[in-house]
Amino acid sequence: MLQIKVLGSGCQNCKRLEAETRAALDEAGIVYELLKVTEYEDIMTYGILSTPGLVINEQVLAAGRIPRRQQIVDWARQLQTANS
Amino acid sequence: MRLPRLPSLHDDRAAFLLVGLLIFLWLIAYNNLQMIADWVTYSLMGLSPVSPLGAALNFFVYDVPKILLLLAGMIFLITLLQTFVDTAKVRAVVERRGEGIGNVMAALFGAITPFCSCSSVPLFIGFVQAGIPLGITFSFLITSPIMNEVAFVMLLGLFGWKVAVLYLVSGILIGVVAGLILGRMKLERYVEPFVYEVRPNQVGHRSLQTKLTWIDRFGQAVDSTRDILSKVWLFVIIGIGIGAFIHGFVPEDALTGIMGENAWWSVPAAVLVGIPLYSNAAGVIPIVSALLGKGAALGTALAFMMSVVALSLPEMIILRKVLKPRLIAIFVTVVALSIIITGYLFNLVI
Repeated sequence: MLQIKVLGSGCQNCKRLEAETRAALDEAGIVYELLKVTEYEDIMTYGILSTPGLVINEQVLAAGRIPRRQQIVDWARQLQTANS
Repeated sequence: MRLPRLPSLHDDRAAFLLVGLLIFLWLIAYNNLQMIADWVTYSLMGLSPVSPLGAALNFFVYDVPKILLLLAGMIFLITLLQTFVDTAKVRAVVERRGEGIGNVMAALFGAITPFCSCSSVPLFIGFVQAGIPLGITFSFLITSPIMNEVAFVMLLGLFGWKVAVLYLVSGILIGVVAGLILGRMKLERYVEPFVYEVRPNQVGHRSLQTKLTWIDRFGQAVDSTRDILSKVWLFVIIGIGIGAFIHGFVPEDALTGIMGENAWWSVPAAVLVGIPLYSNAAGVIPIVSALLGKGAALGTALAFMMSVVALSLPEMIILRKVLKPRLIAIFVTVVALSIIITGYLFNLVI
């Protein structure tokens, strides 16, 4: 199962990234587990310089922006096949 | 108010065509505003241009669409520009410079980055992690909230480009000077300890990260513009409404005594009053613009506006995550003093 992390302290864009990610993956029928990382001590271990950050299977894929749904699904599919 | 989403596009050419079309429509609308306002107030409503009500209403009907159009267009351009700014590269460049040039670069960077919990806290930590001196980091942290894109565009629309540039230059200057001062004060111990301890532990191979396409960039710019406009449009209308009232009904020179150049205490007073007024930055500027026509001095007005955008409670709450209360107090004092000095300078020079 894909492990998704949304990095962000709870700002507007972090909530939107979470909603977009869920919508994209639900639409594509991908099974995942989503975790919100809200403490800066933890966020900054991923080495990003702006939030929100999107992490799938411990890979930082985007920071400081909300990717398009299609892009999120593409990443998820690639990481799914990489794992199996 | 949520503005409608644009249809999603799948190739760059279509995106450019759509943006081009929007710019064309924008130009037509923007260049005919005075004609429309005159027609609505004088022909349609039959008011006289010399009556207070006619003057006030014409001002309102002209300024509201003008400022909203200007905000939509300029903020789209500014947020589009922001998608080209690679924060990691900026950090690498600032890292190589010492005090002085480093402060200038950090302040310039702060001017184009919006101040929010999304960018300012992670950037602050990232700068400290890279070993960038605290004073340089503060130059960024000061200019970022002072330079507010909504304030810049509204100054451009209501005061003209000279005042907007003056605001830009003085905002950067305040960041550089205040950063240099704070850098000398040995404030490292007032930064929350975790900032020094946290280390990025996964470099994570980034082969999957993709280059942004034009559709991505336009999409992000449209999203940000929609967000910002949804937040400020009501304040803009209310502010211009009050401004229009002042424009039509308050006598000229009514404010020379309390906000004029000769009232020495008006600059610090304006800064103090401005600190708690954060969320109304968009509403405050049209009012200030109208006051300027009634005898208020430009330096006093600019100082007031800067303190409205630069110092606020939500900002302190964001900074509290990385700075101890003592350092926040020092930060506010140094920035407030810099703004007051800038206000006096403008009153002297202009």
